[in-house]
Amino acid sequence: MISSNLSAIFYLVSGVLFILALRGLSSPETSRQGNFFGILGMIIAVTVTFLSIGNFSSGFIFVLLFILVGGSIGAFIAYKIPMTAMPELVAGFHSLVGLAAVFVAISAFLNPEAFNLGSPGNIKLGSLIEMSIGAAVGAITFSGSVIAFLKLQGIMSGSPITFKGQHPLNAIILISIIVIIYLLCSTQSSNLFWILLIVSFLIGFLLIIPIGGADMPVVISMLNSYSGWAAAGIGFTLENTALIITGALVGSSGAILSYIMCKGMNRSFFNVILGGFGATDDSSTGSKKEQRPVKSGNADDAAFLMKNASSVIIVPGYGMAVAQAQHALREMVDTLKKNDIKVSYAIHPVAGRMPGHMNVLLAEANVPYDEVFELEEINNDFANADVAFVIGANDVTNPVAKTDPQSPIYGMPVLDVEKCKSVLFVKRSLSPGYAGIDNDLFYRENTLMLFADAKKMTEDITKNL
Amino acid sequence: MEIDPLIFRLSIFILSIFVGYYVVWSVTPSLHTPLMSVTNAISSVIIVGAIIAGLSGNSDSIFNTSSIFGFLAIALAAINIFGGFLVTQRMLAMYKKKKKNN
Repeated sequence: MISSNLSAIFYLVSGVLFILALRGLSSPETSRQGNFFGILGMIIAVTVTFLSIGNFSSGFIFVLLFILVGGSIGAFIAYKIPMTAMPELVAGFHSLVGLAAVFVAISAFLNPEAFNLGSPGNIKLGSLIEMSIGAAVGAITFSGSVIAFLKLQGIMSGSPITFKGQHPLNAIILISIIVIIYLLCSTQSSNLFWILLIVSFLIGFLLIIPIGGADMPVVISMLNSYSGWAAAGIGFTLENTALIITGALVGSSGAILSYIMCKGMNRSFFNVILGGFGATDDSSTGSKKEQRPVKSGNADDAAFLMKNASSVIIVPGYGMAVAQAQHALREMVDTLKKNDIKVSYAIHPVAGRMPGHMNVLLAEANVPYDEVFELEEINNDFANADVAFVIGANDVTNPVAKTDPQSPIYGMPVLDVEKCKSVLFVKRSLSPGYAGIDNDLFYRENTLMLFADAKKMTEDITKNL
Repeated sequence: MEIDPLIFRLSIFILSIFVGYYVVWSVTPSLHTPLMSVTNAISSVIIVGAIIAGLSGNSDSIFNTSSIFGFLAIALAAINIFGGFLVTQRMLAMYKKKKKNN
């Protein structure tokens, strides 16, 4: 058994290692080392916990057994999961962090002696407040992430679910959570603790159902943040520095990512959270719709245009992930490069279903990361490029965001695809994108629509090159 | 007058938020997905609480309601720790620079 001072220092070390793990992600070269620091920090934290308990009784075997079982499941998932399913995986993992926080809080509530928090029915006030906050946020994270997972997985429809009185209901529930925590702390009643958990599960569920599929990048980042705050709440209860530091890091990380995603859509955080975007104004856009001519072509036309280009910019989006077209795309680009055509990739911050989604898919397909550019880095290059190849992206290329103040996406930063000499737009049909608005790009003089499955079209173009 | 230890923890917490703020802004956008998976893994350091909870039973009864929740939390956190770090590693291994042809 080691002294609690020594273990506190080791927890601090592991907290610092976690900071270095995130720091490593500032560039792909240092990132692998960063991940190693993270693993090291975790090993230190777990080892120190064992040493500080010092009770190597038969219970210890079960701890190892459960770590082994969970670890094997985790490792199996990590190796099997296809890269296109990363958003679902991350949402699923968030739900586990949330549930683990809830379980630890339940355990601490039922047996406070084990954590030095007092005795049942007489838990220290500060600890009880921290514990209930941790438990409530954990429960919200859990049920919210489950809904996000179901929506991403397609088990639940991605379209927003709204009903009358939704916002007042949510507001009442949120206020009641605060009231319950207050009553719980003054009465120490275990019934109130269970009610708190149930109500928190409920609000997590209600908060996420009105948010649509394409807003998932914000939701995932937000739940990432919540999972951090839940961990921090438990960290305060356990007086554990590693947990407090980590919770704060993860909490602010998720908050920053949500901010970046909201900015990428030019929407306020509250606008996203209140939900219902893209579902309400179907009728108004429907009535405005007039038949406008579009030019459509086939793989042969596209190959011809690209063969005669000197520079091509690829604009990938969620559709590429759905069609699993990243490998076919890279093969097409390889052929283009053999013909001395300069190719780069342009990634919009909200392309895909989670932050950085497209980058991972392109990396999986062996696209070197120094050919992949963010919106600000590449947006000026469209004017000098010959061909823009839009594959699976839609709203993020819509020039209406720059011209029409009436449009729901007005002001959203978009890729200036229309400035290219010609635009190739791979899409299944002319249907509007997620925001429910027509893409003006379809009807431009320099746009050639390629109506087909993204993967099949890309392969056909490669054959024709 | 003595300062409540809670204040020290609160200080660590607030300062860590600031550290997190600056560190995360320096993360390159192309690594935002690995950032999410690695934050997932590290937030599962909550396993330390789960281990304490799991070992809270005495030698006569390893399993009581409290420790069972602890054991379940251990398993959940372990899924996250192993899954999170390994999938991050798998992703990071894919990020390659352009091969120089000279």
